[in-house]
Amino acid sequence: MDKLRRSMMFIPGNNPGMLQNAGLYGADTIILDCEDAVAITEKDSARNLVFEAISGMNYGTEVAVRINHISTPFGWDDLKRLLPAKPDLIRLPMCQGPDEIRQIDDFISEAEHKNNFTPGSIKMMAAVETPKGLRLAYEIASASPRMVAMAIGAEDFTANLKTTRSKLGRELFVARGQLVLAAREAGVQCIDTVFSNINDEEGLRAELELVKEMGFDGKSVVNPRQVTVVHDVFAPTNKEIDYAENVLAAYQDALEKKSGVISLNGKMIDLPIVARAERVLAYAKATATKGGKK
Amino acid sequence: MKNSIGREIPDFIKGLGKVTNYGGAFAYQPVGRTAGPFLSTCLPRRDKQLASIEVAIDAVGLKDGMTISFHHHFRNGDKILNRVVEAIAKKGIRDITLSPSSLNTVNDALIPYIEQGVITAIETSGARGKMGRFLTEGHLKKPLHIRSHGGRAAAIESGAIHIDVAFLGAPACDTYGNINGVQGLSACGSLGYAIQDAAYADQVVAITDNLLPHPLFPISIPQTQVDYIVVVDSIGDPKGIASGALRYTKDPKELLIANYAADVMDYSGYLRQDFSMQLGSGGASMAVGRFIKTKMMERGITGSFGVGGMTGVFAEMMEEGLFKMMFDVQSFDIPAIDSIKKNSNHLEMSASYYANPHNSGAIVNNLDAVILSATEVDVDFNVNVITDSNGVIMGASGGHCDTAAGAKLTIVVAPLLRGRLPMVKDAVQTVVTPGETVDAIVTERGIAINPKRLDLIDNLKNSGLPIMSIHELRDIAYGLCGKPEPIEVSDEIVGVVEYRDGTIIDVIRRPIS
Repeated sequence: MDKLRRSMMFIPGNNPGMLQNAGLYGADTIILDCEDAVAITEKDSARNLVFEAISGMNYGTEVAVRINHISTPFGWDDLKRLLPAKPDLIRLPMCQGPDEIRQIDDFISEAEHKNNFTPGSIKMMAAVETPKGLRLAYEIASASPRMVAMAIGAEDFTANLKTTRSKLGRELFVARGQLVLAAREAGVQCIDTVFSNINDEEGLRAELELVKEMGFDGKSVVNPRQVTVVHDVFAPTNKEIDYAENVLAAYQDALEKKSGVISLNGKMIDLPIVARAERVLAYAKATATKGGKK
Repeated sequence: MKNSIGREIPDFIKGLGKVTNYGGAFAYQPVGRTAGPFLSTCLPRRDKQLASIEVAIDAVGLKDGMTISFHHHFRNGDKILNRVVEAIAKKGIRDITLSPSSLNTVNDALIPYIEQGVITAIETSGARGKMGRFLTEGHLKKPLHIRSHGGRAAAIESGAIHIDVAFLGAPACDTYGNINGVQGLSACGSLGYAIQDAAYADQVVAITDNLLPHPLFPISIPQTQVDYIVVVDSIGDPKGIASGALRYTKDPKELLIANYAADVMDYSGYLRQDFSMQLGSGGASMAVGRFIKTKMMERGITGSFGVGGMTGVFAEMMEEGLFKMMFDVQSFDIPAIDSIKKNSNHLEMSASYYANPHNSGAIVNNLDAVILSATEVDVDFNVNVITDSNGVIMGASGGHCDTAAGAKLTIVVAPLLRGRLPMVKDAVQTVVTPGETVDAIVTERGIAINPKRLDLIDNLKNSGLPIMSIHELRDIAYGLCGKPEPIEVSDEIVGVVEYRDGTIIDVIRRPIS
């Protein structure tokens, strides 16, 4: 089972109160943000605060840093300052191609060497936010063994498409689908964009149902109150768990009887169905859902 | 001399006299009889109405050295207390003991009258804002005397507080002095604290902006206790009296704490059919209601009664059939005021019925669970709700220690850190509620159960909740923000904190800043 990244929660890097409490809400990953949440005039102080937070706080969960893009005056400085604190994961925004990933990979390797960190221990992920980035998504995702996930940043992406966000999300359907394909081909996780109306739980739930169905592994979140909703939707349901258990039992039974054809309630079970059942149960175990949703 | 929780209390305090030291939550046995007002008579056809507050002050014969009382149901919308004291000052009366059920920031306007010697003693639940800072500097002839709501009711009934004149703001008053709190522009809902004062004060003056024909309905304070009526333009500012509707907090940290507290209640065993509960009106404690409500509906259970300090969200639970009854000493928002007006199972109660330890049984004794907030707590589970991190008075005792003593399960919710300050410490600055009456401290980073409660520890051990010792909780707090320097204080005692039974649980010494 891959590391769970159902919820990746952004925390503004210049807000000491939020940095202090970031680990409390059960998010699978917290992303300490040096990019969009931080005004240009605050970049230095955010970088220093994030460094102190990673070094001083015991978050007890995966800690990522969203750096500024390396084409801005801040990106490399973010890496220089923050890598010695050993974040678990670096998230690159606005990724345009595999070269960027390779450059950062080299830089991280150097920092790992200099700081005596295990080589390859700092992971990477990238967000695509432009048509070009999406076209190169597979190349980006496979540009480095550090890559663990791909994400989509919808606001910039829809602006680039010359359209707007809608409740149904039709404008993102193709992009989401394409990103899942690229991520799956490269063998990395796939994380959906943020849902920014934090008071619309129903809307969040609907969007989560959609992206879960499409194959996403998780979602970026902007408020702790969204974390439980995300986990709730991503948890396997009791029905899914029961079915998976029955599938595996039937499979075992067929193995023991050396029977070539496996069937459950009159339906044929083939190997992909068995694999899916195994994944559901592993996921259920990892999320410790105590039996899944009610 | 040290009292039973290790607080150094002098045997004799200037202005207060000989001290009866706190010796345990239920150690003190009261003796004697209840006090009461003078016998009086009101001849048929006497007109109780007087022309002005000034005329009323003359009529009751207010003199230097007397004690006057007020209720705080109008909160920051109150126009009575400041106005009456102003009139008293103009008459040259001095050395008054002020005994309101509580003070709000609107009463900062009284500071000049303390400086002029019009008011020389204050007995109340607490103080905030400028008044809190001012009283922390001294200025009174006697130390500020802090009592809980139940303790004040007990003191009034025993005569420890002798109210010469109660000036009662009356949202609705009829021509013969019947009063209620639910009609008129200044409606405030329950008049629970005023009911207490009216029954024991030597003389009662009703001040109203809503004089109605006799007889009024419903009646909260009867005509038999009201001596005079004064009509004024306005007794309160509705905006300051009650907010539209207190809503559940959206603060994720408070919600996390509230969720933990509801889970503690769930696993404790007290969340069962016909349970009873009181919720504070603070962010986290009120939000516990939301999670309890979900649990009640999931489990298909209903409660017996709720107690408050009532908010609309609690009253709503009654209207939805989740509780049979509400006992209300003070209504906090407009939906709660509407509810007490229209629902016959939303009962108004006096401060004595609510929390007095020296009657034949206050409703707090029937509580299964109470959720309380705190300014700070310590490793002995003692709670401070009165002084801030600089030792300055900034809060009120309220019903904190009363409900903690009465309820079978007392849960205190508080953030472990406020800014850069730890809220679980080696010792709180001022003890209001003794740790022996507190069962669980719930913070965003962990939950500590009072080691005396072996049953709770056992019930919660497989809950999956972050249960730890109170010392571990303190260590997390100190680890994140360091151990605070002790507040340097002088020997001067500016306040005494009376426990609900009339003994002194702690004193407030003037900080040296």
